Amino acid sequence: MEWLEYDFMKNAFLAVLLITPLFGLLSTMVVSNRMAFFSDSLGHGAFTGLAIGAVVGIISPMESLILFSVVFALLITWIKNKSSASTDTIIGVFSSTGIALGLMMMSYGGGFNKFSNYLIGDVLSITTQELASLLLVLVLVFIIWGLMFNKLLVLSINQSFARSRGIDVMLTEGIFAAMVAVVVAISIQWVGLLIINSLLVLPAAAARNVSNSVKQYHAVSIGSAMISGISGLILAYHFNMAAGATIVVISALIFFITLLLKPRFVR
Amino acid sequence: MLKRLFRHSKGEGNDCSKLCCTKIENFTVKVGKLTIFEDVNLHVHCGQLTAVIGPNGAGKSTLLRAILGEISHTGTLKYADAKGKHTGKPIIGYVPQYLKFDVSAPITVLDLFSACRSHRPIWLMPSNIRDEVEESLKRVKAANLIDRRLGALSGGELQRVLLALALNPMPDILLLDEPVSGVDQNGLEIFYNILEDLQNNEDMAIILISHDLNMVARHADQVVLMNKGVVCSGTPEEVFHDSRTRRIFGMLTEGGANHGGTGFVWVEHKKKKHQQGCGCPDCAEAEGDEE
Repeated sequence: MEWLEYDFMKNAFLAVLLITPLFGLLSTMVVSNRMAFFSDSLGHGAFTGLAIGAVVGIISPMESLILFSVVFALLITWIKNKSSASTDTIIGVFSSTGIALGLMMMSYGGGFNKFSNYLIGDVLSITTQELASLLLVLVLVFIIWGLMFNKLLVLSINQSFARSRGIDVMLTEGIFAAMVAVVVAISIQWVGLLIINSLLVLPAAAARNVSNSVKQYHAVSIGSAMISGISGLILAYHFNMAAGATIVVISALIFFITLLLKPRFVR
Repeated sequence: MLKRLFRHSKGEGNDCSKLCCTKIENFTVKVGKLTIFEDVNLHVHCGQLTAVIGPNGAGKSTLLRAILGEISHTGTLKYADAKGKHTGKPIIGYVPQYLKFDVSAPITVLDLFSACRSHRPIWLMPSNIRDEVEESLKRVKAANLIDRRLGALSGGELQRVLLALALNPMPDILLLDEPVSGVDQNGLEIFYNILEDLQNNEDMAIILISHDLNMVARHADQVVLMNKGVVCSGTPEEVFHDSRTRRIFGMLTEGGANHGGTGFVWVEHKKKKHQQGCGCPDCAEAEGDEE
């Protein structure tokens, strides 16, 4: 365990222990609600959030990022519910607008390079203070998940059925979208914009292959997210690779293994 | 006779006061400039099965969704229970025509019930309503399905599970939107037996959309023919002998009603729930005619 002797590795390890269960949890409903494309667009929207923060200068890029991501997510949810255009078209429009606006503002004056670490992400640079805020978010998400999960599950089965059971579809969807937005925004600098969405899709996609009930689904999703997180970090340290990308590759590996095991598990 | 006198004295001018009943008044649904249906007036009694028939695009499903409050409409829904106390919002159970869902979803029947009926987060804690769910499923002869994945249910099984869910909590009005389309003969029989059981044992109004006119003729107490509004309504015999029904369902009625062969099987119409003493004038009239 020599790798844990370094402070930055200790912090990175703690960060992985906090981030991966969070993604494993949210992942279940991102996949069940067919929101993979939506969460992807949040990453793109984050570009604009960061750029606004840098240009305006009154608030920090992080605050601007969180604020903008939440607004972006709620706007997509609202228009999706109000408009008759298909969901992926609407998300596509938002996603491309988000990334183009962001790139335009960032490249203003030729200063794009200072943003490039957001693309790859660097979990090794996390500080103790940032760990504390991650812990806070983790606790909050678990509490909200405890309160509203049942509604979210019914909604994931069928929207019109959920409505007939008295569930406020737009409110439930909005809270979930905002939650995903906040988690994406705060973890983007550790995980990296290019691969953040894989962490929101792969754990649950793997879990679906081998589970029959909601409880198994959650356990496997969180479990596989944490296993790939920890083993990815260690591998990345030993072979000197980007930690985020290594974690994603291991998640993908788990997905393909579960895909092969599917006939044995799913009744 | 005595019953009728009694009824009239109570019911005069203030119908719905002594018996649980639902009145749908002037329901109109418009989407943009398109009128789906207008001025629908329905009067549904508890313990009765009201069948809504009509061609495709007549607005039948939309009517149920308007009753559910799922889509915006004009007009009012008035509900009063037997004691005349519990008025206002009735509990409505709904079984959709066809539940479109992801068959690979890792959700069991128990998960579905728990998510709908309990606030306890089902991903974290064991279900606290397993016994209750088993009881509900027994009612629809599906107790063995409790741990089955939703995607592994057959069409008929799924509809029975959804019916069990619609009956929990026991609703005042049960809405069924072609609940057995695509279900085999065996499943059909079970489904209608359950409905009959409900009619007899629970004081519940059932509104059923169906294209199976044979089953409607056999099981319904009241039939409503819809085509962008109510065309006619009454007992199955009245409606099926109406010239407007013949026009809309042309092909079907001619062979069936006359010869009893290919189309309808006329079964003695059950009058069971009328005996409860209905306060509503038009119901009393209808009964008077029958008696």
